[in-house]
Amino acid sequence: MSTPDLVADAVVKRFADHLAVDTLSFSVDRGSFFSILGPSGCGKTTLLRMIAGFIAPDSGDIAIGGNSMRGVAPNRRPVNMVFQQLALFPMMSVGENVAFGLARRGVGRAERVRRSEQMLERVGLGGASGKRVDELSGGQRQRVAIARSLVLEPTLLLLDEPLGALDLKLREHMKIELKQLQAAFGTTFVYITHDQSEALVLSDHVGVMSHGRFEQLGTPQDLYYRPQTPFVAGFVGANNRILGRATDSQGAVVAVTTPQGWLVRAQRRGTISEGDAVEAFVRPEAASLGRSAAELPAGQPSHSGEVQSVLFDGANSAVLLKESVTHSEFRIALPQTGQFSDLKPQEKVVFSFDPQRAVCFPARRAGA
Amino acid sequence: MMTDSASEARWHARLVLWLLLAPALLWLGALIVLPHVDLAILSFRERVGPRQYVASLAQYKTFFTEPLYWHVFVRTAALSVVATLLTLLIAFPIAWIIAKLARGRAGSLLFVVCLIPFWVSETVRTLGWMILLRESGVLPALLVKLGITAVPVELLYRDSTLLVGLVYSSLLFMVVPLVSSLESLDNTLIEAAYDLGASGFSILRTIVIPHAAPGITAGCIIVFMLTLGNYLTPNMLGGKNSQWFTEQIYTQFITRFNWEQGAAFGFLLLVLSTGLVMLGLRLSGQRFGEVMRT
Repeated sequence: MSTPDLVADAVVKRFADHLAVDTLSFSVDRGSFFSILGPSGCGKTTLLRMIAGFIAPDSGDIAIGGNSMRGVAPNRRPVNMVFQQLALFPMMSVGENVAFGLARRGVGRAERVRRSEQMLERVGLGGASGKRVDELSGGQRQRVAIARSLVLEPTLLLLDEPLGALDLKLREHMKIELKQLQAAFGTTFVYITHDQSEALVLSDHVGVMSHGRFEQLGTPQDLYYRPQTPFVAGFVGANNRILGRATDSQGAVVAVTTPQGWLVRAQRRGTISEGDAVEAFVRPEAASLGRSAAELPAGQPSHSGEVQSVLFDGANSAVLLKESVTHSEFRIALPQTGQFSDLKPQEKVVFSFDPQRAVCFPARRAGA
Repeated sequence: MMTDSASEARWHARLVLWLLLAPALLWLGALIVLPHVDLAILSFRERVGPRQYVASLAQYKTFFTEPLYWHVFVRTAALSVVATLLTLLIAFPIAWIIAKLARGRAGSLLFVVCLIPFWVSETVRTLGWMILLRESGVLPALLVKLGITAVPVELLYRDSTLLVGLVYSSLLFMVVPLVSSLESLDNTLIEAAYDLGASGFSILRTIVIPHAAPGITAGCIIVFMLTLGNYLTPNMLGGKNSQWFTEQIYTQFITRFNWEQGAAFGFLLLVLSTGLVMLGLRLSGQRFGEVMRT
């Protein structure tokens, strides 16, 4: 097995009294797409800037391509970064932007032009090298920013929420394009984002970050189907959260009773004893909806609620219910059959879910 | 009816526009254009007897035939260019610190520090320099005390002293446009260049200077014009040795009472400054309109 392209070993960074990155260790395999997913302020930008070399870690070490990066300046690291605002040089043409790094390495003019044009060709911008940066559309600028970094053949390409400034339609499009580019170039990508859909779609592995630590590190499927912490369950994908106490903690399935007396069952995660405060999560698509109990899958405990609103969003349509006992919101994905297209607010419905597809964690301490 | 009221409204709008422009036009016309027209007429005539004048190019001919005049002229231009470049070299790091390194209060404080000397009249400031630099002044005495010179040396009336004075008096006018153009430089551009392998010097050359070029040009134009037209500093710090062209103009008008010659010199100075500014713009590839927007 080849050495990983990026190894972080117990990296710590503290700003005044705020611990931005808390003893973080992980490694990224060569040629893979690694995302760091977390809410703003979780320390992901700090981590990325440490990898790029703009900030030095207080302790711990970062190795890139097998070499320790301690004391190595950003302009000497085999790493390039695509900035959130892209940071294309407005005083240069598109071609000069792409050739900038080559020029700094002392590559001759003719070779520089040849390689930058070739790179622009590869990202689908052939013939654009004479254009000014402000003549390009948002998506084209994005590709120039990536081309400008990739032309240097870095060991590692860092991307700092590069899709954040784009509008939704273009973002969806660029997501696919980024994944194809990464596959075509085979460069190791380290991508940071707060958008869980970007992370899930693009990555081979995702580290979910919160308060300077990785809550969970795994494949997108792992994070979605097998969250290991309540934070991950709540942050990755939509989820219904049910707070209560464990009333039966025998076996793999725990019974959770809310203060109002609603009882649900969910798979146990971590140590839970009877009476413990717990939080359970049910995915909107794990629950089935029905107008009467007979329509629900047999053998699952049934619950009831009242339709609050129907959230039509094509294939991602859902219905928001008010659960009868707790009056709390519960979201259920609508099936694609159009079976519930005539659902009206205030309508009484029933729903159920397989306890095997719901998870239950010990409750987080307040403030955590 | 409709068209009547519409045209009336348009007439009103035009009237308001002219009324608003009036003070500026009056100022421009009465205080700048008129005197210059008068000076132009003056410069193209020659006194042939008491109260008798004929149109002639004699004043301009004198300038080219008398070596002293055009020597002073060229010297003034050359020293002004040197002073402008020195000011740029000194002001750039100051502007960089104010715009990029100092944060919040520290930045404004530094700016005020640059401004403070200008609260004192230029005459008083220059007299301050004289107190420091004259033979019996502070600096020569210090040099003797430190054993660097055996006897107090006269530091006034030298070209280098003159340059120091000129740079000092025009520093602020360079710092202001530089700060505003450097402030608008996005820091991530610098980081991106650094990330792409650029060294500090190549970042300065490829990113910072091209971005700040309009500010640099604006500052240079202002400082050059101020220096070229400066009378007080060359006169006080350079004395008779300064040979500044404005002094020649002053002499013609006041001492020699030769207004025709003085007017011709004034016009030559105007042509010189305009010509050099154009040349500077051409060399740096800047456009005047763009520069003046910073």
